[in-house]
Amino acid sequence: MRTLLAAFLLGLAASAALAADYKAECGSCHMAYPPKLLPAESWRRIMARLEQHFGSDASLDAKAHAQIERTLTSNAGRRAGPPGPEPRITQTRWFLKEHKAEIPPGKNPANCIACHAGAERGNYDDD
Amino acid sequence: MAFPMEGRVKRVLIIAGLLIAGTVQAAQPSALLEGYQAAARKADPAFSPSASRGAQFFDSPHGKEWSCATCHGNPPTSAGKHATTGKPIAALAPRANGERFTDAAKVEKWFRRNCNDVLGRACTPAEKADVLAWLLK
Repeated sequence: MRTLLAAFLLGLAASAALAADYKAECGSCHMAYPPKLLPAESWRRIMARLEQHFGSDASLDAKAHAQIERTLTSNAGRRAGPPGPEPRITQTRWFLKEHKAEIPPGKNPANCIACHAGAERGNYDDD
Repeated sequence: MAFPMEGRVKRVLIIAGLLIAGTVQAAQPSALLEGYQAAARKADPAFSPSASRGAQFFDSPHGKEWSCATCHGNPPTSAGKHATTGKPIAALAPRANGERFTDAAKVEKWFRRNCNDVLGRACTPAEKADVLAWLLK
């Protein structure tokens, strides 16, 4: 029982460390989008071309790259992702359906926090 | 060790050692500047960092859409904003933000990414020294 608990706590600590890496590396330039917003296959495509990441060089060293890809894919969502080499969250079918004509002109749809205060914690229920 | 140490003393010594190691590891912006200057002098022995060259470099586009200032803002003592995402970027000048240029690996990582975005190539040690000289002015 004690071993199980220790293993569980170690696992928790490890996943928190992975998430910290994701937040530090990806969250410098944009909100650290909750991994469940895209399926694992979309995250893999994004991670495969970080040198040209939506117009910016977001390249990582090999260790951080592997850790972050693991964080993203192991917590990924199940809804379908958009096609193409650069899958955008804002082009998923569910996003477009949820935001039909709702994003005010001049607002950046990448900036979830502008309208959803709890976005980074995965809480979008304030609309 | 000749004398067995009491557990508490040992712990205090270990913590003190870790703290000292931590301070040694943190780089000083001026030491980073010296490092870039030394690297630049290998190519040009007469090189001396120039704050005014650094200011001009920071503010100008270099054949692509963005300059350094596009995202970091100018003056570098105030916060900037990411050109695509709009996310705020904390001030770059060490006198306004004590965390800047204290971690050599982090500095190199961001030069690698951002020089590629602004110039389409890596920055030279001379360019890095000039910009840092200006930021430290």
